[in-house]
Amino acid sequence: MKHLYGWLLLLPAFLLLSMFTYYPAIATLIDSFFTNKTVIRPQKFAGLDNFAFMLKDEVFITTLKNTFYFALGTVPVSIALALIMALFINQKIYAKGIVRLAYFTPTILPMVAVANIWLFFYAPQIGLINKVLAFFGYGGVNWLGNSNTVLEALMVMTVWKEAGFFMIFYIAALQSLPKELYEAAKIEGASSWTSFWRITFPLLMPTTFFVMINAVLNAFKLVDHLFILTKGGPDNASNLLLYYIYETAFSFFDYSYAATLTVALLTILILLSLFQFSVIEKRVHYK
Amino acid sequence: MIPKIKTALLGFFVLFGFMSQAVAAQKTELTMYYPVAVGGPLTKIIDGFVSDFEKKNPDITVNAIYSGNYNDARIKALAAIKAGKPAQLAVMFSIDVYDLIEQDAIVSFSDLAKTKADQKWLKSFYPSLMENGTTLGKVWGIPFQRSTIVMYYNKDMFQKAGLNPEKPPRTWSELVSMGKKLTTKDHWGVMIPSTGYPYWMFGALTKENGRTLMDQDGKKTFFDDKKVIEALEYWKDLSTKYHVMPKGTIQWGTLRKNFLEGKTAIMWHSTGNLTTVKKNAPFNFGVAMLPKNVMRGTPTGGGNFYIFKKTTPKERIAALKFIKFMTSPAVSAKWSMGTGYIGISKAAYNTADLKAYVKSFPAAKVARDQLKYATAELSTYQTGRVRKLLDDAIQAALTGAKSPKQALMDAQSEATKLLRPYQ
Repeated sequence: MKHLYGWLLLLPAFLLLSMFTYYPAIATLIDSFFTNKTVIRPQKFAGLDNFAFMLKDEVFITTLKNTFYFALGTVPVSIALALIMALFINQKIYAKGIVRLAYFTPTILPMVAVANIWLFFYAPQIGLINKVLAFFGYGGVNWLGNSNTVLEALMVMTVWKEAGFFMIFYIAALQSLPKELYEAAKIEGASSWTSFWRITFPLLMPTTFFVMINAVLNAFKLVDHLFILTKGGPDNASNLLLYYIYETAFSFFDYSYAATLTVALLTILILLSLFQFSVIEKRVHYK
Repeated sequence: MIPKIKTALLGFFVLFGFMSQAVAAQKTELTMYYPVAVGGPLTKIIDGFVSDFEKKNPDITVNAIYSGNYNDARIKALAAIKAGKPAQLAVMFSIDVYDLIEQDAIVSFSDLAKTKADQKWLKSFYPSLMENGTTLGKVWGIPFQRSTIVMYYNKDMFQKAGLNPEKPPRTWSELVSMGKKLTTKDHWGVMIPSTGYPYWMFGALTKENGRTLMDQDGKKTFFDDKKVIEALEYWKDLSTKYHVMPKGTIQWGTLRKNFLEGKTAIMWHSTGNLTTVKKNAPFNFGVAMLPKNVMRGTPTGGGNFYIFKKTTPKERIAALKFIKFMTSPAVSAKWSMGTGYIGISKAAYNTADLKAYVKSFPAAKVARDQLKYATAELSTYQTGRVRKLLDDAIQAALTGAKSPKQALMDAQSEATKLLRPYQ
């Protein structure tokens, strides 16, 4: 009877998760072993053909590289920026509320709106960034039209968008840090630099860990801006794995290959999470 | 007491059920998916047409479901059909036709149009607008919101550069020579967008050079044809050799603003922009046909009407009736004036309304006159993949990652692989 009660409590979450998470994940895995079904060509068992095709698919390799580069470029920078902003706001400053709101605004905006704004920031002749650069004698840079700058341009925008969100977690954490430690440090004559590295930073590690997991997942999941800004171009220079999956499924109608790519993405995300939870978490907590 | 109430209630519900069924039997209900990239005025115009139609045909109701851009509309319509939710017709991308046939999602109009009058109706449209909807010897899509590429140019800049503003470039070499005069340190001579729909712009250049990009069956592409390669070389040369166009890719999304802010003297863009440019240009502008090399040319673009396969005969008749209404000369004329899309038949341009409009605003006529030289938009089996191959090749050439020849040869060999199962 006691067990039944427990199971009943679990039931709603269990139903929702199995319907919207586990069933689709398993169905995707199964689909990845079959050929695509169209009326002209019925579905067949394909074994590992889809995966073999994937490993030879140049676009897949490019998007994979881009995705990792994108994660490496955005995650550390946005975490660092979030921490700096949080530390700044946590001090006694004038018009704290307004500054906090200003930092948080990019997070409130939907990504599609942000992309539409930045599309005009980056525009070569009429864009804000080039107008500022032109004032100093540079300018005319085609940020989104050049394979060498497009991904970096997207990263800058993503950091701008994400940092405010992570800042909120740091603010909350900073406010809960015990004041006695800082007082003790002051009595000992420690500089604020030392007390940051010896007290604040270690005590914030659990928050940093949490933020990092979210940031890494987001880096793999965030593709809304590609629809507006580049559609993955020029020549796949800014194409990311999830956007490629979307294109494969809904623009190419190749559901099997999209399933194969999804399995690859899921595997990567699971491995990353395992790594984070097993290796990094052990070093997080301050003892 | 209680059982009595129950019986009464039951009786009431049964009766009510029969009644509503009886009403449903009289009325045919149609659900139409319709793409709108921008909301507001377009949906209002469509809603107006729908209510006009319902007034004339009280036995038919039409529910228009507005659903994002062409991609979204197709995804939602196909998902709804797969889920067993009925949709009878849709306006979707004209180039989706092979995918829709392969998904077994649509019926051909040639099979539905049985009477002589219907057959005649099928022939009433401009032939070049029918190309994308015709394959396997049948008509699958009826043109509705269709466009072509035209050349917008800034007359004030022409004047300043000492050029005749009534004589825009007519050939590729004139585009270069005039472009050179029009390029100053403040603005560029020419901009042809190369994101969003690069293959579409390229379809114009190749047609102008005397070659189409694919065959009528959608089973072969000609990306590595000598003339196709020449066309891409010319496009690239505009920036790297003649310096009349900026290097790298040019954003589809910001090009109109570039033109309106006087950052380029000439832009190639969809006729769909005509009304907006007219409203917002602070200078005198002209609209001209695209320049020719060996011939004039542009691909058509835009959306066609399709009827889905999972429909009852009665629904098909009603859907056909509705499509006939929407493509009738009077409606098409109104639609063209309200949006800038092309009137789809000669009869539309012969209506008094559109005649007067064209007279007061000659730019509206350019797209129609250019239809003579128009060809189908790139569309094949596996169309999404094939299109992406070409888009990537164009962008690789324009950003300098590959030579035009190499890029197109690579794209062709990949496309051949994709299309092999359909031969």
